Amino acid sequence: MLEIKNLHATVGGKPILKGIDLKVADGEVHAIMGPNGSGKSTLGYVISGREGYEVTAGEVIYKGKNLLELEPEERACEGVFLAFQYPVEIPGVNNTYFLRAALNAQRKYREQPELDSMQFLKLVREKLGVLHISDDLLHRAVNEGFSGGEKKRNEIFQMAVLEPSLAILDETDSGLDIDALRLVAEGVNRLRSEDRSIIVVTHYQRLLEHIVPDVVHVLSDGKIVASGDASLALKLEDEGYSWLEQGGIGAVAG
Amino acid sequence: MSNEHNSPDTTSVDHFVQQKYRHGFVTDIESETVPPGLNEDVVRWISARKCEPEWLLEWRLQSYRRWLDMESPDWAHLQIEPIDFQAISYFSAPKSDKDRPQSLDDVDPKLLETYDKLGVPLHERARLAGVAVDAVFDSVSVGTTFRKELKEAGVIFCSFSEAVKDYPELVQKYLGTVVPSRDNFFAALNSAVFSDGSFVFIPKGVRCPMELSTYFRINAAETGQFERTLIIAEDSSHVSYLEGCTAPMRDENQLHAAVVELVALEDAEIKYSTVQNWYPGDENGVGGIYNFVTKRGDCRGNRSKISWTQVETGSAITWKYPSCVLRGDRSVGEFYSVALTNNYQQADTGTKMIHIGRDTRSKIISKGISAGKGQNAYRGLVRVAKKAENARNYTQCDSMLIGKGCGAHTFPYIEVANPSAKVEHEATTSRIGEDQLFYCLQRGISEEDAVSMIVDGFCKQVFRELPMEFAVEAKALLEVSLEGAVG
Repeated sequence: MLEIKNLHATVGGKPILKGIDLKVADGEVHAIMGPNGSGKSTLGYVISGREGYEVTAGEVIYKGKNLLELEPEERACEGVFLAFQYPVEIPGVNNTYFLRAALNAQRKYREQPELDSMQFLKLVREKLGVLHISDDLLHRAVNEGFSGGEKKRNEIFQMAVLEPSLAILDETDSGLDIDALRLVAEGVNRLRSEDRSIIVVTHYQRLLEHIVPDVVHVLSDGKIVASGDASLALKLEDEGYSWLEQGGIGAVAG
Repeated sequence: MSNEHNSPDTTSVDHFVQQKYRHGFVTDIESETVPPGLNEDVVRWISARKCEPEWLLEWRLQSYRRWLDMESPDWAHLQIEPIDFQAISYFSAPKSDKDRPQSLDDVDPKLLETYDKLGVPLHERARLAGVAVDAVFDSVSVGTTFRKELKEAGVIFCSFSEAVKDYPELVQKYLGTVVPSRDNFFAALNSAVFSDGSFVFIPKGVRCPMELSTYFRINAAETGQFERTLIIAEDSSHVSYLEGCTAPMRDENQLHAAVVELVALEDAEIKYSTVQNWYPGDENGVGGIYNFVTKRGDCRGNRSKISWTQVETGSAITWKYPSCVLRGDRSVGEFYSVALTNNYQQADTGTKMIHIGRDTRSKIISKGISAGKGQNAYRGLVRVAKKAENARNYTQCDSMLIGKGCGAHTFPYIEVANPSAKVEHEATTSRIGEDQLFYCLQRGISEEDAVSMIVDGFCKQVFRELPMEFAVEAKALLEVSLEGAVG
């Protein structure tokens, strides 16, 4: 699905990613953990093509394509989805209208027929039922006046409707209470499938209790310094990130 | 009080691709134009050519003499080259005016073609949408439709010149009672030399059976346009009036100084909507219309209501404050505005709500969008007179900046002389954020679509107030005006 080789990136001239190597196979869930400022969010933005995040070296191969050559909206249409840490408010733009515009833009790109409002509504109803999201969310402006939990659930709802091949969840757990966290995790788990890979970026282990990853990576100062199975996350929970500075542990890097 | 916001330099959303004015073309119909310059003889010539009664000539001359003593206002947040009023021709009419067309079939095909290019197929529009159109081409009305149906309802909708001929007593009774000729420099100028415009009279108890619409258009070179519009709604009557404009491409700045007067008597309601798309000048700020308008509504009767809605995307310079004088007890004034400035456009626009009667209410929703090097100022006055018990005002004033070279400015003036008044003012400034754009892009939406979606959302509160058909047009207009604004 995704292969990242020796990825270097700068933000405002400052090096943030300093040689990332990462391979995510179809259907796998990878967690990327690490202290603040280690480059976790930057990795998500670089993959999705945000302006201002400059790749200075390395490659990102997605489904055999050079992802870095594509515009951000093309990447989205190719099936790359980023669930934002801070979902953006767009006042006056109806949430349903926004999502339909997005879905139809993607369908058009893939040369699929666009959905009319009736077809779209039917699809939305199906997804809503699965994610326990109230209708009310649909009629409001995009993220405007949403609580933290509603915003994050809205991201997962968008993911459910857009059905991406690669989803990057950027600190989807931040700011959520335990009930909201459970709902979000449940939503994500329902979207796990053989043809969909997910990268979960998180600071804390608690989300990984609900979304159990196949692989856990530890990012520190722009590099992956440790990788392992789900138990690595538990170790981090117990020992914190301070051990990284003392030279790391014996997990296999890269 | 003044809050100024200039957008920060560090944005990726600052790239402007210039967009050609779609309605820029010139129709070569021979005009009958008075030589440039203004003096009493010119005023007399205009009045005589229009066969006006003596009282109106006197009124014009009096206005002219007042104007001579006045100075062009300079308090607005605008940079204006001095206007040479002697270089302007004060009257122009299509030649075919001499034998006026009796129906649209008689209208000069060139003229109809012009409307077609503007996307205003007069006949179709009139027939399909049931809109009565009093189209002003340069200074003289050329086609009026649905006159008969309106007549049956007792509604008078005609050109101002016709009203002077056919209903002189009504014109004399109301002309200048809302905007006196001494009101301001441009109103005085208009009163002296106004050419034509629209006249609407809705008699007592009548609900106007259709929306009334006028399309204005400036054509002959260096010809100032001085429209005069007068709308009177008698007791318990109701009317919705639409005004839309666009102009051909010009190098010289063209002066436009219109006056619009609205009178609402007891329980009457007037809704006045404008979509203004005059030539804004090219991407270097050359050419474009100077738009200095005085629009005022007088809620003269108790429980009357006047509502202004405007979408301003055109003109090089806009100086415009549609206002409401809330004289009647429990009268209501509303102002909904979207003003967009791109390239070197400048706008200083807003409203005045003058509360005089008891229990009067006013609401102001202003949305300013600045792009390119556009400068957009909101200037609003809320005045509560001493006797205006329980006056209420709510003002919401939002600015959106696109790119780094533009500016938004807010100048709210609040004068309250009655302690029972409640006046609320809210103001926000936002940028089409790089974050909003990226959010849309990341969902697969193209940049152009994202910008128009975000701007449309920003303007929604105002678009809602426009009649359906106009709302669609307004949305399209904003999209055209912002095409390539971000990239």
